[in-house]
Amino acid sequence: MKIIIGQGSCGIAAGADKVTVAIQKELESRNHPLEIELAGCCGTCYLEPIVDVVSDNGQKTTFVSVKPEHIAEILDFAIHQKQPKDAVIMGDNDQASLDKQVRIALRNAGVLNPEKIEDYLANDGYKAIQKCLQEMTPQDVIEDVKISGLRGRGGAGFPTWFKWQAANQQKATPKYIVCNGDEGDPGAFMDRSILEGDPHSVIEGMMIGGYAIGANEGIIYVRAEYPLAIKRLEIALKQAREKGILGKNIFGTGFDFDIWIKAGAGAFVCGEETALIASLEGQRGMPRLKPPFPAQKGYWGKPTNINNVETFANIPWILLSGGSAFAALGTEKSKGTKVFALAGKIQRGGLIEIPMGLTLREVIYDIGGGIQDNKAFKAVQMGGPSGGCIPASLLDTPIDYESITATGAIMGSGGMIVMDETTCMVDMARFFLDFTCKESCGKCVQCRVGTKRMLEILERITNGEGKDGDIELLEDLCQKVKDGSLCALGGTAPNPVLTTLQYFRDEYEAHIYEHRCPAHNCKKLLTYTIKEDLCVGCGACAKKCPSDAISGEPKKVHSIHQELCIQCGTCKTVCTFNAIEAL
Amino acid sequence: MSELNQFNNMCKKSSDELTHDTSQLDEVLKVYKNKPGSMITILQKAQDIYGYLPKDIIRYISQETLIKTPIIYGVATFYTQFRLQPVGEYLILLCKGTACHVNGANEIEQTICDELNIQNGETTEDGIFTLNNVACLGCCSLSPVMMINGETYAKMTPKKARSILRDLRKKSKLNAGKEDQV
Ligand SMILES: Cc1cc2nc3c(=O)[nH]c(=O)nc-3n(C[C@H](O)[C@H](O)[C@H](O)COP(=O)(O)O)c2cc1C
Ligand code: FES
Repeated sequence: MKIIIGQGSCGIAAGADKVTVAIQKELESRNHPLEIELAGCCGTCYLEPIVDVVSDNGQKTTFVSVKPEHIAEILDFAIHQKQPKDAVIMGDNDQASLDKQVRIALRNAGVLNPEKIEDYLANDGYKAIQKCLQEMTPQDVIEDVKISGLRGRGGAGFPTWFKWQAANQQKATPKYIVCNGDEGDPGAFMDRSILEGDPHSVIEGMMIGGYAIGANEGIIYVRAEYPLAIKRLEIALKQAREKGILGKNIFGTGFDFDIWIKAGAGAFVCGEETALIASLEGQRGMPRLKPPFPAQKGYWGKPTNINNVETFANIPWILLSGGSAFAALGTEKSKGTKVFALAGKIQRGGLIEIPMGLTLREVIYDIGGGIQDNKAFKAVQMGGPSGGCIPASLLDTPIDYESITATGAIMGSGGMIVMDETTCMVDMARFFLDFTCKESCGKCVQCRVGTKRMLEILERITNGEGKDGDIELLEDLCQKVKDGSLCALGGTAPNPVLTTLQYFRDEYEAHIYEHRCPAHNCKKLLTYTIKEDLCVGCGACAKKCPSDAISGEPKKVHSIHQELCIQCGTCKTVCTFNAIEAL
Repeated sequence: MSELNQFNNMCKKSSDELTHDTSQLDEVLKVYKNKPGSMITILQKAQDIYGYLPKDIIRYISQETLIKTPIIYGVATFYTQFRLQPVGEYLILLCKGTACHVNGANEIEQTICDELNIQNGETTEDGIFTLNNVACLGCCSLSPVMMINGETYAKMTPKKARSILRDLRKKSKLNAGKEDQV
């Protein structure tokens, strides 16, 4: 019998720490020692904190949304098989949405203890690298990856075998293999979950890649915002070294390999390969022109292969099960599975892994449970700042690289932000341009200045000061920024604007010509009123109103003088009774 | 603009005397100063030690590594992680990533700014809080999210934000012995 507590960043944020302490205390006071294990995130973040009770015959009962006050009941269940009253066991619908998924990259996340190499070893861990080293040549490995059809999961979807082949054929040494864990898309957390929940898979994938291209040194570049991922990786690397899995003469085959971690310092552009290399070398992360590609001239001018975290996590599975097993999943041109991070206005937010080719509708409704509060679906954003918003009319689009690109968005690294009728699409475009404008490294004029000018126009429109001709000016700038930027940051920065213009042009027009935000989101275009039934007359809003537009007697319903109101929204922020309505 | 001014001021006073204790930093420099490509790591460790990158320390790093200060400032100002100013006792990292934005991060920001009377990037006069907006803390499914000194607070509402800040203010070391201000 043991108890497993989900301890990914998401679990901890939801209170897993407090639950763990409560379980330990309760066990102590009952004087009943039970094994407590930790696990990464199993993907159902919306149900965190999650506690699994695993009986001696392996039967697992999953308690969800656990609070410290549920602990006594859960332990009564575990020890005395007493049915719980308030503690919640995972429902059938949630279980069904898990069952619809196919887990390859996430095969161990949430199942194994990421801080124990023994767990990984007991589940075929490091068997793939052993097989490669003992039975396959580097060329065989590349061939199997080619058969699998695996394409890079970092965004561009470039065939992995091709990059490995290119690096393999370089004569210069030493060569390097780099894992890109920069995960820059704000709103995506696939790589964090994998690194936290299953670091050994990534390490093994890198070893296989290293063997295939002829590298003896690996580097994992991890975002600074992911301290837990760094900690778990450090533990995993140490354990692998202790077991002789990393180091010299691995499995007695003469192959040497080791890995070190580099913590990023917060710059989106460092996810781009050449910028990442500059950052590894301790410089400002500015991209440079390609070619030469990193495979030719990378880290310290040496052949370097860079792959994404999820790409590497797939590799051990592919080599153990055979490339054709991976290729049997998915569509003709997009093989295998893909991990997505569902967030936004979705019912069941979290991580999912599905075979390529499922439709957006299946993912959002069947697996994600649809939209919160029964509101209407408006769009799903894929690809983050480089991607676009896909509208309801295209919900039946299959998820594969080509079909998603055809909508104007991109597959990206796997972020899926679902939006409902309350999300303003012009504001979304503004949001992404604000991001790319801040994150532009400044090297190319079109990107540095162009994104700024686009942002100014979008700010003007969302502030109700849009002018006739703004839309056309935006379209013109989009083209120029696309054409004039060296790297894909600028090259794709206009995508959020272009897709929202393509599918939601009427919202832009409503803002500009009717001074109206159809989603009731843009502050400056709203009318603020006080709901008489909720106002208690506390006066907090009147006190804070910067333009003295609110008046009323103490303890009596207040009112807003529209001719004085400057639409700053302060009253809505300070009202603790939800009595301010903004429409 | 203010960052540029800060930068200019710092460059002008080139004779900044070393006022910080460097014993911990010396240990770091011993390991990294001759390792090419280590500037980011050195600055990260220095910031861990001092809480920010004081100008005398940047100068000191420059002397020790023989890398010119403008280059070090170039790196330090490129990455958002580095701070050239001290921060408050509690550093609030407010997520303004996509998921948090869609789920109302702006309202949380307004509430924090209203409660503390500061804007993004500023520190309260009493030195207790600093507010920094960040892009995604990786807990998007629990959005909106903020992190204060390493602890993550999920599913924020304006009300929750206020009560968290008020609790922390009460606990603050800087406030010890003072009357409750709220
Ligand atoms: C601005 C920009 C940001 C990027 N950010 C990331 C990132 O955070 N993570 C990632 O894996 N790839 C990112 N990429 C893509 C990488 O440049 C590169 O294509 C990828 O790491 C290659 O790995 P893959 O072939 O396994 O996908 C980014 C690209 C650009 C242009
Ligand atoms: S968008 Fe806020 S945590 Fe990811």
